[in-house]
Order: sequence, then C-alpha cells, then structure tokens
Amino acid sequence: MAASVRQLRRRIRSVENTAKITNAMSMIAASKMRRAQEAALSSRPYSDRLHDLLADLAAQPKEDEDNVHPLLDSREIERVEMILITPDRGLTGGLNSNINRAAGQFVSPYGDSARVIAVGRKGRDFMIRYGQNVRAVFTDISDRPSITDVTPVARLAMDSYANREVDAVYIAYARFVNTTLQQATIDQLLPVQPAELRPQEQVGYIYEPDHMQVLSDLLPRYVEMQIFHALLEGIASEQSARMVAMRSATDNANAMVEDLTLVMNKARQESITTELLDIIGGAAAVGA
Amino acid sequence: MADMRLEIVTAERVVYSEDVSVLVAPGDAGELGILPNHAPLLTTLAPGEMRVTKDGEETYMAVSGGFLEVIGNKVTILADTAEQADEIDEARAESALERARERVESASSDMDLERALASMRRSAARLGVARRRRRRSPRPDRPAG
Repeated sequence: MAASVRQLRRRIRSVENTAKITNAMSMIAASKMRRAQEAALSSRPYSDRLHDLLADLAAQPKEDEDNVHPLLDSREIERVEMILITPDRGLTGGLNSNINRAAGQFVSPYGDSARVIAVGRKGRDFMIRYGQNVRAVFTDISDRPSITDVTPVARLAMDSYANREVDAVYIAYARFVNTTLQQATIDQLLPVQPAELRPQEQVGYIYEPDHMQVLSDLLPRYVEMQIFHALLEGIASEQSARMVAMRSATDNANAMVEDLTLVMNKARQESITTELLDIIGGAAAVGA
Repeated sequence: MADMRLEIVTAERVVYSEDVSVLVAPGDAGELGILPNHAPLLTTLAPGEMRVTKDGEETYMAVSGGFLEVIGNKVTILADTAEQADEIDEARAESALERARERVESASSDMDLERALASMRRSAARLGVARRRRRRSPRPDRPAG
C-alpha cells in the first residue's frame, strides 16, 4: 500500500499536536469568555435604561425649534458613518465574516458617502479591501476594556454628527445571545430614534438645571456608553465563538486521529500478512 | 400612600430595585425630594448622599453623580457609581478622601483642580454614608472589595 505505516504514524502525530493546540486555545477562550460574558450581561441594564431614557427624550414635543441640541437634530440621511466593532484576531468560526458581511451590505448602498471607523483589525482589513473610506482605526483594545478606551471613538462620532459631516451614525457589532449564538447587529446611534410614547407621557420633562445643560451632559455619556457596551458584547461574542470553534476543531482532530489510526493498523496488518505469505511461500519452495 | 418604583443602575450592575415611598437625591441644582406620582423630570446628579424610604425605614446610599429620570411613577437613576451604606469600606473611603485632599492642594492646572475637587466630593459622600451607617447600626467589619 502506498501510504506506508511510517508516513501514517507521522501524520497522526502531527494531527495530535494540532489537537493539543486547539484544545489549549479553547480552554483559554473559555476562561476569558466567562468574564467577558459577565461584563456584557451586567452592563446591559445600564445601557438599555440609558437608551430608553434617550428615546423618551427624543419623543418629547420640541418646544423650541431653534434650540435643539446638535446631537438630537435629525435630518434626512444621505451620508452615514459606521462604527464597526470586530475582533483583532481570527479563529472565531464564522463570527468575523458575519459582522463584516452585515456591515458591508449596510454601507454599500451609500457608496462614497459612507465612512467607517474600524475598532478591531478584522473590520479594518475587510473595509479597506472593499475600498470603503476608513477614517479611523482603533486596535489592540484589551479584553477588559475601560470606558476611556472608547472615549476617542465616541468623540469622533459625535463631532462628525454635530458638525453635519454625516447625517447618521450606526454601530455594527456582534451581539452576544448565548455561547453558541452571536448575532451580527447594526444599531442606529445618532440621531436617537424616538420611542413611541403614550400621549400622557408626552408632557415634556422638567429639566434641572436646564434643558441644554442636562442634554449636554447626557448625550456624550449616552454615545460613549452605547459604544462601550457594544464593545463588551463584541468581546463576549469573540471569546464564545473562539471557544466553540476551537472545541469543534479539537473534536475533529481527534476523530481524524481515530480514522488515521484505523488506516494505519490496517496497513500494518497488510504488510505483516504479505511478509508471512512471502515466508510461507519461501519455506514451501525450499521444502518442495 | 402608593409607592413608586425606584431603580438605581450603574454601568456594572443594578444596585437597587424596589418600591419606595420617598427619595431624596442630590441634584446638581440642589437636593430634591421625590414622592410618588411626581411629574416627569430629568436632572443631573451631584456626588452626595441619597436617602430612600421604604416601608417607613430609611436607608442611605452614596452616589457619585449621574442622571435621575422620573416618568410614569417610575424613578430611574443612572449613576456613575452607587453604593449602599453596608457596601462601603470606611477605611478605604477615608484614605481616598485624604489622597483627594492632597491632590487638591498640589493641583497645578485648573483641570487638575477640577478633577481633584470632584474626586474629593465623591469620597466625602461615600465617607458620610459609611459613617451614618456606623452611628445607626454597628456591624462587624467586612473584608474589603
């Protein structure tokens, strides 16, 4: 047989080594995953409440048309900015290409009037390859980010919206659903989409100290927090996806080792049989 | 009197979620008291003490700033940080206040001074709440963290 026993043995050893590596990677991802999932889930209530609050605010009747906060001033959407949050590294199964595909499909109708802020290498590489206008790149953000890591991202997005360089800001990230499921998600960050309020809730807020002051405090915090939360979701998704991908890679490698071992044993048996036949044949020839 | 829902949420966790009858919070424009069925309100919070009355019993919390929203008999506080009295480590709060005080004295620029003052106010609020707890109900020391 062509595949000699020695070749097969070498092959098995190499697959076993691969399995060891993927197994280690899945274990590392599993330990990071636990922390990342916890961080993403525990920051959800704050981020959701903040979003609800802003949606309530945006739905209130406008008292003074000239006195609208620059970050609440909505207009027809022609130029958009996309904050694309992806992992820096691969080996995450289909996760990266899912986010990139969703984001790519979203911005492509806008053509040249779309700009991208890439947070993470995978998104940057994808957008550059497809010739999108990548305005800013942020990479090497830690697995346990702090809110100050996203401050510059938020600054960029708010400035370009307030200066009317773009008419809407979107954020694309992988929303963590559970360990085996991560959803590529695109949310509108600016302008804030108004909630549907019952009439009795549309009475206008009392603002203290005053309208503009509160909004000027609240809106930057909101943008920062939404980006931060998306980043946490993205990290939880990345680690979960990597854990699952590496675990199934390990399983596959082990299955392969089993198959190869079987083939090797067969080959070994065959060669022994052939040798025996040779010996018997030889002995018979001598005895005759 | 009917109660209102009070939720205190920080970026890390939900600190408090109960039906309460009175809330006194440190608004940026002065302390404000909220009773059930308050009109819709949105205000920024200053670092300070919050007082919550539930079933006739008062509890104190330290808040380091954030936002307070009232809508539809529901009060939501989005706090930068918030701690209930028994979560605060008094010794740590005290040393933080001391450090902040030093920084205020040695601040070289307006921005430094601003930051140092803010952190001093936050530490003072935490310490105040922690001390209040000690006066009211002495409890054995808990491990830090």
